[in-house]
Amino acid sequence: MTRTPFVIRFCNATPKSGWIALGIFAAIAMLLLPALHLVLPPEHPLHVSAYVITLGGKIMCYAIVAVAMDLIWGHAGILSLGHGLFFALGGYVFGMYLMRQIGRDGSYQSDLPDFMVFLDWKELPWYWAGSDSFLWSLALVLIVPALIAYVFGYFAFRSRIKGVYFSIITQALTFAAMLLFFRNETGFGGNNGFTDFKRILGYGVTTPEMRVTLFALTALVLMATLLLGRYLVTAKFGRVLAAIRDSESRVMFLGYNPLHYKLAIWTLSAMLCAVAGALYVPQVGIINPGEMSPANSIEIAIWVAVGGRGTLIGPVIGAAIVNLSKSYFTMAFPEYWLFFLGALFVGVTLWLPDGVVGLWKRIQARRVA
Amino acid sequence: MNAVTENRHDQEWLGGTSIGHLKRHGEVDLSHRVILYLEDISVSFDGFKALNNLHLTIDAGELRCIIGPNGAGKTTMMDVITGKTRSDAGRCFFGQTIDLSTLSEAEIAHAGIGRKFQKPTIFENLSVFENLELALKTDKRARVSLFAWLGDDQRDKITDTLKQIRLDKGVGGADRPAGLLSHGQKQWLEIGMLLMQDPKLLLLDEPVAGMTDDETERTAELFKSLAGKHSLVVVEHDMAFIEQLGGKVTVLHEGAVLAEGDLATVQNDERVIEVYLGR
Ligand SMILES: Nc1ncnc2c1ncn2[C@@H]1O[C@H](COP(=O)(O)OP(=O)(O)OP(=O)(O)O)[C@@H](O)[C@H]1O
Ligand SMILES: [Mg+2]
Repeated sequence: MTRTPFVIRFCNATPKSGWIALGIFAAIAMLLLPALHLVLPPEHPLHVSAYVITLGGKIMCYAIVAVAMDLIWGHAGILSLGHGLFFALGGYVFGMYLMRQIGRDGSYQSDLPDFMVFLDWKELPWYWAGSDSFLWSLALVLIVPALIAYVFGYFAFRSRIKGVYFSIITQALTFAAMLLFFRNETGFGGNNGFTDFKRILGYGVTTPEMRVTLFALTALVLMATLLLGRYLVTAKFGRVLAAIRDSESRVMFLGYNPLHYKLAIWTLSAMLCAVAGALYVPQVGIINPGEMSPANSIEIAIWVAVGGRGTLIGPVIGAAIVNLSKSYFTMAFPEYWLFFLGALFVGVTLWLPDGVVGLWKRIQARRVA
Repeated sequence: MNAVTENRHDQEWLGGTSIGHLKRHGEVDLSHRVILYLEDISVSFDGFKALNNLHLTIDAGELRCIIGPNGAGKTTMMDVITGKTRSDAGRCFFGQTIDLSTLSEAEIAHAGIGRKFQKPTIFENLSVFENLELALKTDKRARVSLFAWLGDDQRDKITDTLKQIRLDKGVGGADRPAGLLSHGQKQWLEIGMLLMQDPKLLLLDEPVAGMTDDETERTAELFKSLAGKHSLVVVEHDMAFIEQLGGKVTVLHEGAVLAEGDLATVQNDERVIEVYLGR
């Protein structure tokens, strides 16, 4: 038997039904909705508003984060409560590029971003070097979070820090980063963060065309993330992760070094979050240290729990359900949102241990029986 | 795979870990026909001596049984050999050249020592087949596992082992989750995982606990067929099983060797009788 080419094995990792679902999703997210937004006039009943496009794009960014979280929590059993940090870092790195693209159109008409003029800085800090380059910024979106995740993960996993201890340390990490970014002197705009973006590659960031481009791009990245995740968890690599989740010491006696496996999936997960953050910032138009708040990272875990841990598609559904309810609640009864979120989490933990996907499977099983 | 590339893989794999004892790695040196040599091993837990100047020599290809009352230190001895517990004093050699006290758990596994735990530890959420697949002797680095796939010969090897441990049939066959197996079947699966690693030395801690008489008998047959090509150290309480195995028997008591010889000899030893009956 000859070796099956990698591309074929990659594609086979996702079942046919998955490919069909992705095809339908692609047609809707990349053709239908953009067309309904761009082509139809606003008064047409089928017109899709800018609000819907932006909300959809935002939720897809969250969905990418949820899948990244599922890879590390659902499949490797490592609960990170600091994933909001990597999301925010990706957002900040791309936000630096967006700030540079404002050029002299800011309120102070300076080459420097407004907040630096306000601080009376005369030149860019060294770490802003190259931030006017689109490609360099894209590279940094991946490199910076990867580096931080790798170094942090190396020391944490090497010291065999596990379970709740690991979760607490990741919370502390994102909290510390938030405090750092709140300071004006750090050079990332303090508590206002970055906003008032104007352009990407010279094209207006608030135009309908740019809006649907970012929307379609986010859909593409989400689909790619799902395919990649599916490949990883069906490859031998994924089975070793599942084995580590079951019994790490047994894995070691079989001759595997769990450190490298955990580090690989942890770093990849952080990078996926960063990509999502970079896509999120131009669509939402703002990034500030609030994204690094411990509560944000906890919410990510709730999306995954609601959708169903270890199912890849479940977290996407969970992110959508929670965030759609959030947009509804924060408009209708803003003061009750956190109560609802808490109740949802408790309810899911008590009655739906496998989340929405688990419920669906149970219903299917009952229908067959 | 020929021996040279296999060696290189071993070394690359070890290069990824922090401990650098590469020189000593490679083939186990059996020039004096001894595969395991324990000298003066002592382990204490909070002052309590679990192992007390333990001496033990296992010949290459031997099938050795270890018996002894509860708490004699049998499991602790295996912990020391596999690197799970470090001895306070003494030396522990695999072959002539490999000093086990300097290697990590994973490195010891790679050197060729496989272990079955007293409490069966299999991966409950993986299928029977996948449990064996993970145990398969192959390159186990993360970046290789990303692209790894099972070749025909590896599949055959898993299929053969499945037959050997009789888990190829029954509801779901090799695809059933390992967590659903009976206790005896779990024991066999773990033995199968040991076989997949193709270790030179097998350490088996109470392998037939929870098995039916029939299963026990078949396990004895299996072990006897493995001896010669592999070396086995079997810890058991089940005397009928030890009799079936028929190898040399070592009696441990309070962390040291009390008697050694064939089963009939040690069973007639005054001190052994006292230890077993005097409780
Ligand atoms: N981690 C530990 N901490 C403290 N004491 C320990 C530890 N491990 C073992 N012991 C003690 O060391 C002694 C030897 O234990 P060990 O498990 O080796 O006995 P054993 O011969 O395997 O017994 P059994 O037949 O019951 O399995 C026991 O008294 C046990 O309580
Ligand atoms: Mg024991």
